[in-house]
Amino acid sequence: MIAPDELEALLLDILEHYGYDFTGYSRASLTRRVHAFFVKERFKNYAAFRERMLESNIYFIHFVEEVTVNVTEMFRDPGFYKTLRENILPVLATYPFIRIWHAGCSTGEEVYSMAIILKEAGLLQKSLLYATDLNQRVLEKAKAGIFPMSQMRLNSENYLHSGGRQEFSGYYTANYNFARFDKSLSDKMVFSTHNLVSDSSFNEFQLILCRNVLIYFDRELQARVLQLFDRSLDSLGFLALGSKESLKFSAIAPYYSQIENKEKIWRKKR
Amino acid sequence: MEKKALRSVQKLVVIGGSSGSLEALLTMLPKLRADLPLGVVIVLHRNNQSDNALVELFASRTSLIVKEADEKDILKAGTIYIAPPDYHLLLEQDGSLSLDASAKVNFSRPSIDVTFSSAAAVFGKYLTGILLSGANSDGANGMAIIKKKGGRIIVQDPNEALVAYMPARAIKENDVEEVFGALELAELINSISN
Repeated sequence: MIAPDELEALLLDILEHYGYDFTGYSRASLTRRVHAFFVKERFKNYAAFRERMLESNIYFIHFVEEVTVNVTEMFRDPGFYKTLRENILPVLATYPFIRIWHAGCSTGEEVYSMAIILKEAGLLQKSLLYATDLNQRVLEKAKAGIFPMSQMRLNSENYLHSGGRQEFSGYYTANYNFARFDKSLSDKMVFSTHNLVSDSSFNEFQLILCRNVLIYFDRELQARVLQLFDRSLDSLGFLALGSKESLKFSAIAPYYSQIENKEKIWRKKR
Repeated sequence: MEKKALRSVQKLVVIGGSSGSLEALLTMLPKLRADLPLGVVIVLHRNNQSDNALVELFASRTSLIVKEADEKDILKAGTIYIAPPDYHLLLEQDGSLSLDASAKVNFSRPSIDVTFSSAAAVFGKYLTGILLSGANSDGANGMAIIKKKGGRIIVQDPNEALVAYMPARAIKENDVEEVFGALELAELINSISN
């Protein structure tokens, strides 16, 4: 087990060595995942762990992939997607061109979900979906659009609950254990690494989705990231968070109003 | 290890349960004293529909405050925190709550093991872990960690539990000495002083 002071030292070493700043991450969850990595990789002690971490960039990327949470599914929280379909897309439809940012997109399931509902609303052609994550490896998976077949039953159920009326299996080609999603969906996606901790605003969007990312950050980092989103949203744009995340208590809260049903979507007032 | 002064409450009770545990909790909750000087966290396996039905049901049976745990909630004495569906619930060193949407553990999210072991790291000997009825092996590892950190572990009597597997498994793996029925469990919680 890694002692709390060892973890703190490691985070500072990583920051100095690689420029990745995990010091604003909530410790309980981070400790759990670093510890699981430590055990899985069979390190004998902290010194060996630290040395390995700092000697190889490739190994460090592997570490980042393992300790960041990359668990996601398509149409996760179907009620949220139903709200996007019914309340948000009709507003976006009035724009000549739609720019959406998935911040912390992980392996991309939510980006493909978004592309599907845009397509069904006839809006995909005039949309561009920016999908970013700090983790290079997951972006490669997202870009490929290939997902485990074992997930498709859950994805398909979620799709139906989100108000989907098509045959979900029409969106992919089954290939042994994998489902390859239609290229017409990914044509409108732009993938790029972006670290919410250290990178700045890079465009203006009508909709930003960042779901189940802020829960891993401490209050100070949450506040900084919300300011970044605020700078990256058009006036009257929408910000969508995870089901246990909120703008409540944040400095930008006065400039946003939550949409009427209880989904975690806020609209910028001006 | 336990930095007593830094936390908002000094002692914590964490209750884990799966199928059949609702009945036990509905027996226990009305018996809890209104001036309970502890934090109480409940981790239940349940379906993923996020609604307030469970919170309302519990609140109707106790004079304590019942709420679904939000991230960064600061534990308060006399409040019962319910782990939200589809998230693991963890404890921070300052006694605040964290949520984690990472992979299921023992096919469960929330997982009882995750909360038990995280709470043990913060509360050490000031933690009491109680495991109720269930058909899953979740909780047994967490109990071992609570015990290792000097905490107290108590299990619902498998003879009384609607589904005996989970409490029986925890007893078998951890050499649990304190095995009680739901009514006695409530008395035990009431007897933990500050």
